[in-house]
Amino acid sequence: MATQHSRSAARLMISPAVLLLLGWMIVPLAMTLYFSFQRYNLLMPGQGGFVGFENYRYFLSDPAFFSALTNTLLLVGGVLFITVVGGVFLAMLMDQPFWGQGIVRVLVIAPFFVMPTVSALVWKNMFMNPVSGLFAFLAKGLGLEPFDFLAQAPLMSIILIVSWQWLPFATLILLTAFQSLDSEQLEAAEMDGASPVSRFLFIMLPHLSRAITVVILIQTIFLLSIFAEILVTTNGGPGTASTNLTYLVYAQSLLQFDVGGGSAGGVIAIILANIVAIFLMRMIGKNLET
Amino acid sequence: MKLTYRALMGACAVAALSTGATAETITIATVNNGQMIQMQGLTDDFTAKNPDIDVEWVTLEENILRQRVTTDVATKGGQYDVMTIGTYEVPIWGKQGWLVPLSDLPESYDADDILPAIRGGLTVDGELYAAPFYGESSMVMYRRDLMEAAGLEMPEAPTWEFIGEAARAMTDRDAEIYGICLRGKAGWGENMAFLTAMGNSFGARWFDMDWKPQFDTEAWANTLNFYINLMTDAGPPGASSNGFNENLALFQTGKCGMWIDATVAASFVTNPAESTVADQVGFALAPDNGLGKRGNWLWAWSLAIPAGTQKEEAAKKFVEWATSKDYLELVAAKDGWANVPPGTRTSLYENPEYAEIPFAKMTLDSINSADPNNPAVDPVPYVGVQFAAIPEFQGIATAVGQQFSAALAGTTSVEDALANAQNLATREMTRAGYIK
Amino acid sequence: MSRAVSTRRKAITTAAAWTIGLAIFFPILWTIITSFKTEAEAIASPPSLFNFHWTLENYFAVQERSNYFRHFWNSVVISLGSTLLGLAIAIPAAWSMAFVPTKRTKDVLMWMLSTKMLPPVGVLIPIYLMFRDTGLLDTRIGLVVVLTLINLPIIVWMLFTYFKEIPGEILEASRMDGATLRSEILYVLTPMAVPGIASTLLLNVILAWNEAFWTLNLTAAKAAPLTAFIASYSSPEGLFYAKLSAASTMAIAPILILGWFSQKQLVRGLTFGAVK
Repeated sequence: MATQHSRSAARLMISPAVLLLLGWMIVPLAMTLYFSFQRYNLLMPGQGGFVGFENYRYFLSDPAFFSALTNTLLLVGGVLFITVVGGVFLAMLMDQPFWGQGIVRVLVIAPFFVMPTVSALVWKNMFMNPVSGLFAFLAKGLGLEPFDFLAQAPLMSIILIVSWQWLPFATLILLTAFQSLDSEQLEAAEMDGASPVSRFLFIMLPHLSRAITVVILIQTIFLLSIFAEILVTTNGGPGTASTNLTYLVYAQSLLQFDVGGGSAGGVIAIILANIVAIFLMRMIGKNLET
Repeated sequence: MKLTYRALMGACAVAALSTGATAETITIATVNNGQMIQMQGLTDDFTAKNPDIDVEWVTLEENILRQRVTTDVATKGGQYDVMTIGTYEVPIWGKQGWLVPLSDLPESYDADDILPAIRGGLTVDGELYAAPFYGESSMVMYRRDLMEAAGLEMPEAPTWEFIGEAARAMTDRDAEIYGICLRGKAGWGENMAFLTAMGNSFGARWFDMDWKPQFDTEAWANTLNFYINLMTDAGPPGASSNGFNENLALFQTGKCGMWIDATVAASFVTNPAESTVADQVGFALAPDNGLGKRGNWLWAWSLAIPAGTQKEEAAKKFVEWATSKDYLELVAAKDGWANVPPGTRTSLYENPEYAEIPFAKMTLDSINSADPNNPAVDPVPYVGVQFAAIPEFQGIATAVGQQFSAALAGTTSVEDALANAQNLATREMTRAGYIK
Repeated sequence: MSRAVSTRRKAITTAAAWTIGLAIFFPILWTIITSFKTEAEAIASPPSLFNFHWTLENYFAVQERSNYFRHFWNSVVISLGSTLLGLAIAIPAAWSMAFVPTKRTKDVLMWMLSTKMLPPVGVLIPIYLMFRDTGLLDTRIGLVVVLTLINLPIIVWMLFTYFKEIPGEILEASRMDGATLRSEILYVLTPMAVPGIASTLLLNVILAWNEAFWTLNLTAAKAAPLTAFIASYSSPEGLFYAKLSAASTMAIAPILILGWFSQKQLVRGLTFGAVK
């Protein structure tokens, strides 16, 4: 099969990508690591110096740290849950024959093309605002007290906004998986008298498992660093109710301009992200076996 | 299509500009507020007077702008030649030597004409480091019709007690009329600007003379309790996410009886094109508690030049143009006196035409009654009315603001919010080395 | 054999699908409608869906204030440039992973994906300093480089999954005929992988177009794309829903139209190896 020649050629061809990514990873990482042991505030030049683990100690003992950790996990988990369940359902629906399939598909994937900042601004101002938002208007129409989404359920509101953006992505990938499903196998099962539920559980779901794995993996990567939506809607509040790790790092490095503290937070966020990643790979990685 | 035509014209204009590149181009970073948009629209007047200078505008939302210019000036990135900054940044940056001093502006600029309170806030060790573009304080804006219906009369200088009574009397939840609208959205420039100024009138302060945070004092407990009780009884729903804009929209659509906020709002709420209550608005000084301080702040959006820019001369010409007396007249000729950038020059308030504007006097009185050097009842080690001009403030105050916002939303108690605020402020002040 | 579907069932499915489709699309539709209202109508209660005075004034106001076409062009250059550069680097890499796999291929792939987990806010200041020293601040080149690096892992992975589905025998046959490695990739592999490459290109243009952290923080005036354009319309003092809606519509319209026209292509290719 592969000759010695092609093997060395392969190494040569993969190297630009690997070297570039290695550089992209190592250079900022090295700088971040370096800064994380320095006292370095942009607004107070000339107060530098090595401070050991002080930045880490401060970041880890921040009262907001623990809630940021749980919020990050809740945010990722919540969005994954909604998009996967919703995506399976939507993909199944889209896979059925109906009139205007092309147009509906276009409508459903549209949110994926919207910039995160734009979608957060639109949801916050035009829908969730408890006085002039559309939801408040609907609630009043039904004789209910308008619900103040971003104050009473900030994290849930952000999960909803982010889910709206990512649902099309999950639906698309799951739809292609549905389309490759063997319909004869389904029919045979139907003949044998299998109920719709068991057909779904024992034929469709196993077939979808690879696609679901892909959705979870890719979305997790993007969701761990959700930031723009929080900045635009709640600024991490009220209190720390919607602060995730990325936002906490932001507050440290771009609100207080404490580069040292922000870098320490960045290093911690990277470590935690990688723990999540390893955990994910362990759990679902075998599904990706190629 | 007219739109495409305009767009094409725009594109051609850019092409023309970039080819005739003998002119020097200065980049100006500014906030997307109405007065700055107006200035951007008048750029032609500047380039006509200075044909050798081209102007590039970077207009951004306030928070993003602040983050961008601070990063750039602190790292000496050199991306901007003129920056729009506030009275919070100027003293800090001036002290660091990050700004070009403006004391050598020509005689015709008449720097002595700048309102003393505003000028003081932009001066460090006798050097002027930024030129004020517009200045503001805060005051009470109220609906005369609702006040009358409630059988009350607004004094020119109300007390908090009166505000509380009036707000409760004006509230009619079924008709969606809320007696008072106040800021609740977390942020050092949002709810904390209001609450810090309000705290001053209740005898509260941020730090004592040893830089110890003061949130464990009775004065702060009184401030926060009064605020939250008032908002619970007479405020609109969702107040904890309301900032300046949200309250403005509420007031303009007739849902607020009173609103205590920036004096610049006066020209918005009295503009019949935008406001449904334009002819019913009255003004009064920010309330007090009989302790000698009123709950009004002082702010000036100002133009400054970062040290190290290659285009200092051109940048100075621009700053001079945009903050001059001539600029005020230019705006007045185009959009009327009600729309000129307020609160910077004594001569504007001496102008009989401007004095006819209903909110002119109240704005000037409010600005003059704020004292950044002695903001609180008790002595303080910092400068600033609704902020403390130290680099750590924006981070700490935003976190404190989150706590107070949570208390308003009802997700934390007042006691817990104050205790958390005290803890986190102490933590950060210790880390920054203020508390030994 | 396709299953026979009763008309009744098809009607029910149609109703359900359209209801859900419209509900998902509604926020975008609402934004577009609001962009044609006056500022006062945009916050009016009760809001009106169609029965208002339609106006283009917001679009004129936006065009007067900002140079939309410059932002638009920057967005095009940055998203297309970074995607093409990414493809040029990723195609050879994906080739070698797919056709000359080693024990570590999967680890390399996962490691590449893990570089995407670096939280951008934590490294902004270091990168800003590097850009300042290399003169890359506010240049399109700088942004192309950063966005290429950010999206490279996704590009490599997508391509890898396509290439794997191409039977290796075809490549070997061409090699027997004396094709060099270069012509093997250029003339045999690439044409066969066109659907995959096309959808990779589409997905990455979308991701790059919508990237809002680096594009906002590393630019000022000259290289600022549409994300910066949006940032000048969010929450100013005064009423802003209608103008924000107009600016939003202008910012998302190009990519929305591109996405709609190419959705078949996107759907066909967007599998990430999920379908066997």
